[in-house]
Amino acid sequence: LRKNVEDFTGPRERSDLGFVTFDITADILNGENGLQTFWKKSTLIIFDWNVKQLFLYLSAEYSTKNNALNQVVLWDKIMLRGDNPRLSLKDMKSKYFFFDDGNGLKGNRNITLTLSWNVVPNAGILPLVTGSGHVSVPFPDTYETTKSY
Amino acid sequence: VRVAAVAAMLSLDFLDDVRRMNKRQLYYQVLNFGMIVSSALMIWKGLMVVTGSESPIVVVLSGSMEPAFHRGDLLFLTNRIEDPIRVGEIVVFRIEGREIPIVHRVLKIHEKQNGDIKFLTKGDNNAVDDRGLYKQGQHWLEKKDVVGRARGFVPYIGIVTILMNDYPKFKYAVLFLLGLFVLVHRE
Repeated sequence: LRKNVEDFTGPRERSDLGFVTFDITADILNGENGLQTFWKKSTLIIFDWNVKQLFLYLSAEYSTKNNALNQVVLWDKIMLRGDNPRLSLKDMKSKYFFFDDGNGLKGNRNITLTLSWNVVPNAGILPLVTGSGHVSVPFPDTYETTKSY
Repeated sequence: VRVAAVAAMLSLDFLDDVRRMNKRQLYYQVLNFGMIVSSALMIWKGLMVVTGSESPIVVVLSGSMEPAFHRGDLLFLTNRIEDPIRVGEIVVFRIEGREIPIVHRVLKIHEKQNGDIKFLTKGDNNAVDDRGLYKQGQHWLEKKDVVGRARGFVPYIGIVTILMNDYPKFKYAVLFLLGLFVLVHRE
């Protein structure tokens, strides 16, 4: 699982808004006999007969003065059984606005991006699994005033 | 005439017996029915305690979480305080002043040191987040709005409750048949 990001922040009204672009390379295995330890064993999931779909989401987690814990989903995707299990997305823009509750993004050095997914079975338990790769992203100390998004 | 009179007397006697027997059996069946209803209620209350949710089983009413959940799917919820609300979870919540609970996914959370949390939701199948659905002036949901988190589900089964809601005649027919079955059935 690998993510590369470049980013800049801009203020909107009174809250910080962050812009993140990212690449996602993920290999979500298909089939019973492919327990390949590509990155770390715990990230692998198998599309078996009882898995209807995976709901993947990229979330950013960070701490600010206002709030001890913030989590924001930047991007999500539904992967149905039968879809290509290999993701290779480059230069993606976040699907949802990365607003902070306040001004906690400026100068925030430690924003962790993680890829997780919700397994939706045909019937049964709905587990949430977190991928093992994660990337730490620092936001710059200044705002950008001109940007094309 | 005498034969007719005797026949009439006999048939009346017979009816009396039948009526007496049926009354006892009737009481028995009613008590049986009462026991079944009480047991069902106890199981429901027990579920409420174990899961911590006021409504541990809900039926999906709209298509806003497709293709994961469709109308008629049954969801099993827990609402334990020890489980913190995190993004990606599927929550069932109620908007203040509205009766109908909504099943959507958590998109954003902002949690303070002391555990106070405010969060935003969005249906998988909706293009925008739920701010438009919240009360006028409300921008976030809080713990108190949550009925529970979806932990498991079974498809299709809830269609019966939707049918019963949309077609009350169907509901009465089902209840009538159930009642009849219980009263008539010999244990």
